[in-house]
Amino acid sequence: MLETSVQYAWIIAVLPFIAFALIGLFLHRWPYFSAAISILAISISFIISLLVSLTVFTSEGSYIYEAAFRWLNMPGLKVDMGILVDGLTAVMLIVVTMVALLVQIYSLGYMHGDPGFASYYAYQSVFAGSMLGLVLANNFGQIFVFWELVGLASYLLIGFWFGRNSAKQAAKKAFITNRVGDFGFLLSILFLQILFGTLNFQGLAGEIAGYTNSAVLIAISLLMLAGPIGKSAQFPLHVWLPDAMEGPTPVSALIHAATMVAAGVYLIARAYFIFSSTPEALMAIAIVGGFTALFAATIAIVQNDIKRILAYSTLSQLGYMVMAMGVGAMTAGMFHLMTHAFFKSLLFLGAGSVIHALHDEQDIWKMGRLSKKMPITTWTFVIGALALSGIFPLSGFWSKDEILLGTYASGHIGLYILGTIVAFLTAFYMFRLIFVAFFGSNEGGEKAHESSPVMTVPLLILAVMAVIAGFVGSPLMGNVFAHWVSYPGLAHHNPSITIMLVSTLVAVAGILLAWALYQKEMVDVNAIKLKFNALYKLLYNKYYIDEIYQWLIDHLVDGTAKILFWFDIYIVNGIVNGIAALTGLAGYVLRYTENGQVQTYAIYMFAGIIIVIGLVMTAGFAIVM
Amino acid sequence: MINLTHYLLLGTILFGIGIYGVLAKKNAVAVLMSVELMLNAVNLNFIAINKFVAKSQMIGQLFAIIIIVVAAAEIAVGLALIIAIFRQKKSVNLNDFNLLKW
Repeated sequence: MLETSVQYAWIIAVLPFIAFALIGLFLHRWPYFSAAISILAISISFIISLLVSLTVFTSEGSYIYEAAFRWLNMPGLKVDMGILVDGLTAVMLIVVTMVALLVQIYSLGYMHGDPGFASYYAYQSVFAGSMLGLVLANNFGQIFVFWELVGLASYLLIGFWFGRNSAKQAAKKAFITNRVGDFGFLLSILFLQILFGTLNFQGLAGEIAGYTNSAVLIAISLLMLAGPIGKSAQFPLHVWLPDAMEGPTPVSALIHAATMVAAGVYLIARAYFIFSSTPEALMAIAIVGGFTALFAATIAIVQNDIKRILAYSTLSQLGYMVMAMGVGAMTAGMFHLMTHAFFKSLLFLGAGSVIHALHDEQDIWKMGRLSKKMPITTWTFVIGALALSGIFPLSGFWSKDEILLGTYASGHIGLYILGTIVAFLTAFYMFRLIFVAFFGSNEGGEKAHESSPVMTVPLLILAVMAVIAGFVGSPLMGNVFAHWVSYPGLAHHNPSITIMLVSTLVAVAGILLAWALYQKEMVDVNAIKLKFNALYKLLYNKYYIDEIYQWLIDHLVDGTAKILFWFDIYIVNGIVNGIAALTGLAGYVLRYTENGQVQTYAIYMFAGIIIVIGLVMTAGFAIVM
Repeated sequence: MINLTHYLLLGTILFGIGIYGVLAKKNAVAVLMSVELMLNAVNLNFIAINKFVAKSQMIGQLFAIIIIVVAAAEIAVGLALIIAIFRQKKSVNLNDFNLLKW
């Protein structure tokens, strides 16, 4: 029974696509029937995922199942569509199907009455299906196809309320920014195909183990890294993620937790056999991740929009995961991806509940006193925030601790200190949000009311997961997660009480600071703001990255475009029009020979005959034959 | 003794006169007559060559007869065209017929 479930794992990815096709082709007139089909599909996928994961997790040793059929066959390029089921896949399957299922149920309440209800569920299905196809892929060709499908679905969902200009802009921004990263990813895939003649993961792993030309491998790894930098929103391609919250809030939950940004981190884990063979690429990954973690956390401190704070928090946590991959703690990175998926989707859905109750109010300073009106939302949100801050014994504590341990033990002391600072900042900005929005003295939350059960039940389930999901990777449970997801040759580090204590202390310090500043108001926050006005402005405007990009686009891209436009108009068009004008001019001159007189034409004919005869007589017959 | 060269010379002179008439005469009827001259110059050549080169075969004379038939048909059509165009233009001067242009 369990063994057979693995053979049918492909159904997990296919079902949402079937739901998408059914809704798109037949059912879109009946919104709730569409939603039911979509939820049914993802539920069955979830159940099969559970069975598959159970098989993988309970098997002795490392479990690998692979099956494929040839999808594309041409000289020089053969692409399979197949499934590869191992521990990494199993973990991702559970996370993606579970979060997608809960988000879809939650959306029943959140999207209630929206005119695009049916198409919303169609997009949700294709989003989940693409991500599942990506997770199950057994080769880079397939992963790239689904990678792009994920990008497409995110474009559709971010721009779901396309009547709003900002949503349209955000959707375009996400798509185009991702395209930059995908370009590098595609190049690296082509390199792999040319060098090794296969795109299959296991085949490539064998080939690369014996490959010694490290310069080529570094080039491939760095190009491939561009993919995760775009998809997982690492600096400098992070700009799309904060804007992506223009979509409906459940979509943000899905993007931030399960489907979109997880793809990048998953790719690093899946292609770890390439990255781990080049220390330079690993170093680049670690630095990109660490920098993004700190960079985004500092921005999150000063934002006022509830979803924007969460968005920068996601950036920061993704930075953590990527950094973990870079320092060789691949297991810890995936562990954090899993726990983060639960508590971040919880936080986003909680934020959605608040926004829904306050009729699309997103400014935390216009909330306050929500804890009285929305107890379930408030307390699940607090659990999510505690988990994110890394408070014992919630899930975030274990995963964050694994990352910090891996960073410290592998000798990256600078990154360890950076990670600890980020842990402090994380706790601070999350509880700034909570103390202002949920317990603050502002009266914006007075008119709020608790959301319906269809929205609160997913919150409760996710809250439970946010609490318990961490135990699978905790030393208390023998760290079983490391047996599920691991990579040969990864160093395993013994848990360190000191590191746990330090990270817990800084998190508590962050919470206390937020409590002192925003709950007790011991110090006037506005005074601090004014004192460090320049710094505040810099952070509030996100280091002006968007402005810099805008400037670059305006001057560099548009400037190049202007030059090319000039070239096109005057050089290319000039040549083309010049040839046409020359022909026209010749015709204009030659038409005077056509005067309508039959006798003139007869003279031409006669002259022609004379010339031909003359040629024949002087040069012989060869010239006319 | 009159031999082939004389016949061919006469044919050439007739053809030359015909060409001149076709190219230079402004009266449409005169042009048609010049065309007849050219055709008959060719006829003369055919018959002369038949007589001096291949006496046993009648191919040259056969061609001459075909050309006479065609010339008769052509002159009928040509005169009809000239009459038709004369009704339109009230003229048979070729300089007045200049519709064949851009």
